[in-house]
This record gives sequence, C-alpha cells and structure tokens, in this order.
Amino acid sequence: MAATDDRSVDAAGIDAWRELFEAKPEREGELFSTMSGVENEPLYAPGSVEVDYDRDLGYPGVFPFTRGVYPSMYRGRLWTMRQFAGFGTAAETNERFRYLLEHGQTGLSTAFDMPTLMGYDSDHPRAEGEVGREGVAVDSLDDMETLFSGIPLGEVSTSMTVNSPAAMLLAFYVCVGEQQGVGRDRLRGTIQTDILKEYIAQKEYIFPPEPSMRLVTDMVEFTSREMPLWHPISVSGYHIREAGSTAAQELAFTLADGFTYVEWAIERGLDVDDFAPRLSFFFNAHLDFFEEIAKYRAARRIWATLMRDKYGAKDPRSWLMRFHTQTAGVSLTAQQPEVNVVRTAIEAMAAVLGGTQSLHTNSFDEALALPTEHAVRLALRTQQVIAHETGVVNTIDPLGGSYYVEHLTNELERQAYDYFDRIEKLGGVVEAIKQNFFQREIAEASFQYQSEVESKRRIVVGVNRYVLEDEQPIEILKIDAALEQEQIERVRAIRGRRDSAGVEAALARLTEDAARDDRNLMGPIIDASRAHVTMGEMCDALREVWGVWRETPVF
Amino acid sequence: MTAGKIRVVVAKPGLDGHDRGAKIIARALRDAGMEVIYTGLHQTPEQIVETAIQEDADAVGISILSGAHMTLVPRILELLRKDGAEDMLVVVGGTVPQDDADELKKQGVAAVFGPGATTTEIVDFLRGAVPA
Repeated sequence: MAATDDRSVDAAGIDAWRELFEAKPEREGELFSTMSGVENEPLYAPGSVEVDYDRDLGYPGVFPFTRGVYPSMYRGRLWTMRQFAGFGTAAETNERFRYLLEHGQTGLSTAFDMPTLMGYDSDHPRAEGEVGREGVAVDSLDDMETLFSGIPLGEVSTSMTVNSPAAMLLAFYVCVGEQQGVGRDRLRGTIQTDILKEYIAQKEYIFPPEPSMRLVTDMVEFTSREMPLWHPISVSGYHIREAGSTAAQELAFTLADGFTYVEWAIERGLDVDDFAPRLSFFFNAHLDFFEEIAKYRAARRIWATLMRDKYGAKDPRSWLMRFHTQTAGVSLTAQQPEVNVVRTAIEAMAAVLGGTQSLHTNSFDEALALPTEHAVRLALRTQQVIAHETGVVNTIDPLGGSYYVEHLTNELERQAYDYFDRIEKLGGVVEAIKQNFFQREIAEASFQYQSEVESKRRIVVGVNRYVLEDEQPIEILKIDAALEQEQIERVRAIRGRRDSAGVEAALARLTEDAARDDRNLMGPIIDASRAHVTMGEMCDALREVWGVWRETPVF
Repeated sequence: MTAGKIRVVVAKPGLDGHDRGAKIIARALRDAGMEVIYTGLHQTPEQIVETAIQEDADAVGISILSGAHMTLVPRILELLRKDGAEDMLVVVGGTVPQDDADELKKQGVAAVFGPGATTTEIVDFLRGAVPA
C-alpha cells in the first residue's frame, strides 16, 4: 500500500496512463458505478487509497478484523454449508433435512411458513392458503418433535429463521432437546430474532417495537445465562437488501440494528461481554462482486471498532463479527432460470472472498417456486466446487491490499458512519422506524435501481437483453394443497388431547408476566410449550397485552 | 375526483411482507399520472374489496408472493362479484406459476405479471384496458 510520500511518483505515472485512457472513448449506455450507485474510477493505483495497514487492516483474527475473524480462516475450517429448507408439514421438512445431511451439508436451517412467522396457528382464518407454502408449519411442541425426529440435537447446529415468535420456537427447541436428553446448555444454533429489520424491511411483525424489543432482550438475557452455545440474534441485512436497499444501506442499517440490541441488553443490566460474543450477523451476497466483498470487510471493521471503543467490550470475542451469507434471491430471474446457477456461483464466491462463516446458495428455480431437490443439490454443489476446486480458500483475504477493494471498503464504511449520524439525529433506530426513515430510503433505492434496469442502463441477462422468445418451462416444486388440511387437523387434535387446566394456567402466567417489565418471559413460554400451548395461543395472549403494530406505508 | 385519471388500488393480500414490487408499481403508476391507493400489508380479501369499492377504483392490482394466490385471488374475484363490482379490472403480480396464471385468467383476472415485467408494460396495459 502506498505511503503518502510515494504519491508524487505515482501521480506522474497515473497522469501518463490517464492521457492514454482518455484518448479512447468509453462505452456508452451502461453505468460504470456499482449496482448500489457508488461511483467507480476506471483504475485504482497506489495514490488512490489511504490505508494504514496496522490500524485499518491488521491480521486475520486481530483487531480490527478487516481481513477475517479467525487467524486461520478457511485453512483451519471451511465455512458451514447451510441450506435453508422448509415446506409443507414437519414430517416433509424432516425428510429434506435428512437428505441434506446425507449429501454433506453440515448444519440445518429452518424456514417457517408465513402463518408461523406471523404468530397464527395453521387453523387460524388468516392462515388459509398459506400453510406450508413458504416454509414449514410449526404450531406446537409436537410439530417441533416431528421436525427434528431422528436428528440428534447434541450433534447438529440448527438455525431457525423466525422473528416475532422467536421466543416460542426457541422454547419448543429447548423442550425437544430435553426429550432427547440434551440439556439446553448443549444446544448449538442460531435463532434470527431480529425484529428491527422486520419493521424496516421484511414486515413480518406482530407487536409494536418496544414490547418486541423487550422480548428480544428477554431472550438475550435467558440465553446468556442458560444456553452458552446458542446465538440468540442473527442481525440481518439480508432482507433489507432484498427489499431493495443499496449495499451501504444494508451495511449501515444492519449494524445500527445490532448496536441497538447491544444498547437494550446493557440497559437491562447485562455485561456487554456476557452476550456480545454470541451475537451473529446475516448478510446478502449480491452480484456486484467487489462491492459485496468490501461490504463484509467494512462490516467487521466497524463492528469491532464500535464494540470496543463505544460500548466498552473488553473480551475480544465481543469484537468479532461472525456472519452467515445468503446469495441474493432478488438477483434470480424467472427468464432462462438455468443462468441463475452462474449468478449464484459468483455471489457465493464474493461471500467466501469476504470471509463468511456460513453460506446458503439459492437454487436456480427460486424465482418461480420453492426449489426442487435437484435444484437444491446443484446449489450445494456450487459451494463444494468453490471450497474444493477453485483454490480461493488457500489464502486468507486474498483481495486485501487491492487498491480498488480497499478503496471500496473505506467508501462503504464512510457511508455507514454517515447513516449512523442520521439515525442518531432521528432519535435512534426505533424512532427512525416510526418515522419511516428506513422504509423511505429503501423504497427510493429500489425504485432507482428498477428505473436503471428499465432504461437499460443496467443489463440483466435474459430479462432486458439476450432475451429468448421461446422459453421452455422447467419442472417446479408444487406443494400439495392437502397438506394444509392435514396440518389443521394435527393442531386441532393436539388441542383436543392436552390438559386444558394446564393450558389455562400457563397462559394466565404468560399474560401476567407480559404486563410487567421486570419479568423474563422465557420461563413462562417454556412452561407453556411443555403444556402443549400452541405458538398462536401464546402470541394471542401477548397481542392482548401489547397490541399489534401497523405501519403507515410509504412509496 | 380528477376527470379522466385512472384510479388503481394496489393491494397486498396474505401474510407475506414482500412489498418491494407493490411499492415500485404504486410509484410508477403514480408517476404515470394515475391515482394510486396502496392498501399496505397483510390485507384480507374483504379489506381489499372494501377499499376498492370505496375508492371507486378502475382497477385493483394484487401483489402476492406467498404462494397463496390460488386461495386469495379467487376470493377477491368472488367478493367483487358479490358486491356488483365484477367490471373492476383485476391484475395480479408476483411469483405465480404459468398453470396458476392460466387458471386465474380463466376466472376473470385480466393479466398476470411475473418477475421481470416492467412498470412500462403494466402502465401500458392499464391504459389500454381501462375504458377512457
């Protein structure tokens, strides 16, 4: 990296190059900026970027972790290949889980259906037509038992993508562990629990922000006491990006959310080092290759810096930003869907070069429907090719020191800090949500991008150029509509055979504790789960006490 | 009401929160000079039909990515018929497989726009389909 005193030498060389460069016209039509609109110079050279190696980059496993969170990175252990799966009933998803484990997947990741995410049981009128469509339906402890049947919870790590009713699903998982003789202190996994990005982007919220944050903080407190191997929050930029944000917005809003959880937990009286090592992150891997790599590198540096210097974390593990990555669902096209294999491979490569800890690669048919088994296997194979055939795992942070990548890393970091200032001026993340700040920023960015695609300043292969007139339909997964009825009967049967006095008592206690801020709700929720109270019933009890959230949409 | 302006209700039925498309369409229709009412998320078919009738809409655009289109869209069509509003143009956008799209059109949906459809296409379609 160039020190300042080299600049005069570089400047002379770069001027000569620039003259040659400017002698030829550039291509017209397509934009040269990143897909998020960050301007790109045609060339970066020693004088283009200011980096103090020890301060800004350092070494892998060493503050500020720009080059990676572990000293050995993929030389020590590859990332976890974790394909997100879930559809139909618990029994069907259990089969898909076993299939993936047999084919070399190393961790489980559960997708729940919309009614589950919104806190409705499968027989609720609002659930009609949605049961098991976009994920698996889990109404009660009994479904969770089926979901993990034959899978030893002491040996796998499980990720669960659920937010508003995260506490209930975690409670079910703890109870299944108990049944298998695996104590909660031995359960390994992650539950998403990131409610802030629900208000910002994904919109699967139930309660207003404050009680939701209280429930999240209850989970953080509970897991820091009783589940030392569990990650209670996966702070997620993925959905923010899918909703149309830029890379810088994804970075900034996700980190701002992360810091907000830290602030609430500290406010609760927890020591930052008691919980921060188990916070994890979840980012998108989109198509603008270098911008994505820069985003991950900037994220690690910002998190480490502010955790140490602003929040006073002393344990180095609290400074580490470990993250899961998923390739960008929105980049998949319904047109010429096979081409999505290529897109996904490039995105996955960016995630790996950016130092991800785990990765989900999308299947090529996902712009059309949930993936078939064939498509999922191909997506997993994509990761295996990157891991074993390309050689990119042999050297840590191989793009570190690239003039361009370091420039972009600095630029994304700068944009993130600008956003932090704006959010703070609005009164913090929760206030900014209520003022629709994030929602407006994202809507603006997504409209901007759409306009660029429609005016062909951005080319999407097969969509606005290289279009096939005669597209051949591909085979897609169909969810059997009869499954919904089966699941409805299942939940009704449970209601019929459980001890109703126990249910009443558990719900009464949950309601009572929910109304008081000095109670942790995890205990009552676990007790209710054991009594076979359903997830929807628990959410209803909390709706009674806390009310529900409605947003005023902006576009 | 401004004479001649096409009035469109953009609606998000069902439980999914994927509102990126709905918002882009709402803004593009507004920029094209239409009157746009966006219902917001998580609407029931009853709420959508009520809004469409109250707003005296020329068209209802239903954005749905939850896989529940074969339950929710026919319900909306049925409720519109029941309220004597079967002339209202209904268009659907989202991840709707071809077979389902064909079936929905048979039931009375005027058009189904899948991933990759442009806002220009949708604007042009509405201008062509709504009687001036």
